Amino acid sequence: MRHSASLANKVFIQRDYSEGTTCKFQTKFPSELESRIERTLFEDTVKTLNNYYAEAEKIGGQSYLEGCLACATAYLIFLCMETRYEKVLKKIAKYIQEQNEKIYAPRGLLITDPIERGMRVIEISIYEDRGSSGSSSGSSSVSGSTAR
Amino acid sequence: MKNCEYQQIDPRALSVSPLSVQSHTEKKEQRPRRKWEVFPGKNRFFCDGRIIIARQSGVLPLTLGLIVVTCGLFFAFDCPFLVEHLTIFIPVIGGVLFVFVVTSLLRTSFTDPGILPRATPDEAADIERQIDTSGSSTYRPPPRTKEILINQQVVKLKYCFTCKMFRPPRTSHCSLCDNCVERFDHHCPWVGNCVGKRNYRYFYSFIISLSFLTSFIFGCVITHITLRSQATKGLVQAIQESPASVVELVICFFSIWSILGLSGFHTYLVASNLTTNEDIKGSWSSKRGADDSGNPYSYNSIITNCCVTLCGPMPPSLIDRRGFVPPDEAIPAASASEIELPPFATKNDANMCTQSTKDVLERMIHSSFEFNGLCPPGTPKTTPLVLEVSSAAAPTAEPSPPAGCSRQHPRRPALCPPFSRSNKSDSLHSINPAFRLASPSPSLSRSTLILGDAPDISFNQLH
Repeated sequence: MRHSASLANKVFIQRDYSEGTTCKFQTKFPSELESRIERTLFEDTVKTLNNYYAEAEKIGGQSYLEGCLACATAYLIFLCMETRYEKVLKKIAKYIQEQNEKIYAPRGLLITDPIERGMRVIEISIYEDRGSSGSSSGSSSVSGSTAR
Repeated sequence: MKNCEYQQIDPRALSVSPLSVQSHTEKKEQRPRRKWEVFPGKNRFFCDGRIIIARQSGVLPLTLGLIVVTCGLFFAFDCPFLVEHLTIFIPVIGGVLFVFVVTSLLRTSFTDPGILPRATPDEAADIERQIDTSGSSTYRPPPRTKEILINQQVVKLKYCFTCKMFRPPRTSHCSLCDNCVERFDHHCPWVGNCVGKRNYRYFYSFIISLSFLTSFIFGCVITHITLRSQATKGLVQAIQESPASVVELVICFFSIWSILGLSGFHTYLVASNLTTNEDIKGSWSSKRGADDSGNPYSYNSIITNCCVTLCGPMPPSLIDRRGFVPPDEAIPAASASEIELPPFATKNDANMCTQSTKDVLERMIHSSFEFNGLCPPGTPKTTPLVLEVSSAAAPTAEPSPPAGCSRQHPRRPALCPPFSRSNKSDSLHSINPAFRLASPSPSLSRSTLILGDAPDISFNQLH
């Protein structure tokens, strides 16, 4: 089945700094997605992502060991070994892809991996089916263009 | 007539239009660019993006030179005597320290300090929309700060006009490198780079190992001269026999004070989980009152603070230097740079100022004279420009010659609408070759975005 979709709008989930500079995203449900996806699904996705990032940035025995080992080898060990952070980032990329395929794409949404946006935002693109609506976005969130 | 009207960026204007597909096919022969080639900050890249360094390498060659020369003199003139009279371990220890110092220094200089990529046009538009939800048409710059609570303490986040985003906590914009850097400590000219989240541990190990190295060499040279003067029964004669030692002595003597002082200062910063920037500004000093202050990032334990800062997990580089620029973002930027604000002229209001940065306004005033008279019939609807480029160009017109093996391709795409004036494009592109790549200037990029929203005069055919 072929249907063309055009990018209608983008929603940005900002970072939540209430616990410091660790990477965490706000779980507040944006109003633009209200008609598109269930709140629980969205919140699950964001919470899982937050957990992944917390795991990547966790300070504890393993991260200290990695740090000390790296220092002792004059950081040459990173030439052959992947850091734990990078391993978790790969897991995140896979998770996002899977979520896109199973949950978001069927609803006309697409999540962009935060790493591609400098870990500042989770960008969710909203697509409109071109056949169904004549022009682009009827989304209510696009506030007044004043140039008319 | 309003000269300056604050316009919101309409996200609809940023979507890809069918017209850009035409130019797509013409662009196919152009090779894919790596993201470092279109990087908007003032950094230089070597080895195809693997190595990043600040624009001015500053005193880095001097630092390296001093270290190498001093150690070279040490190994050549002092070590033979000391090995003979004392132990073989002296050059061994010296060698190990030297290797540590040089690798830490090179790591600090060539690592991305934690640069935050600039906000994409969509993000910038979204932020502006959020802070200007009243939709008023009077000129009003976005508010500069946002207050948030971190560990029950109020922290102000500032809006960065260059990077078009609210800076995360502890992030600061380095004017020398023109980037926002996470956990910004300071810009070190000796190292030729900013010191931030990702290279602070290398910087710290550099100064600590350098302290050890200078103290070690100092001690060894003193021992050498003492032993020699005992053997030859005269200090002057000892010095005459080994003049290099005096050179080393002088260099070490003067550097020891500063290096040891710096090491002590940074040890204090590490133990209290502060940055130089915060310490100098007194962000968390207790002069404001005990309940208000206090570092919200500290773990209140010296050992934990040290471990977190120095041995914590290593975050990845966010700027993805070696990634490829997506072709659909690169192409419209080409056409945008081509068109150079002709949509501007189609507006009935002659001069539209689009956003709030002061320098952009100034540039608008200078270049507004050149925009009249351009009237392209088929302006493509504006599309998201290449990633990190929708922001201010360098305020000073300072063309930088490419250095090392960094290459900055002149952005002169094959597609060249007949109406564009090359002399004007040259003047607009003269700011910095690096910016030629994706966007002539922020004023232009902004206005093209905004004019995508313009009444359907020129844009009907694009839908």
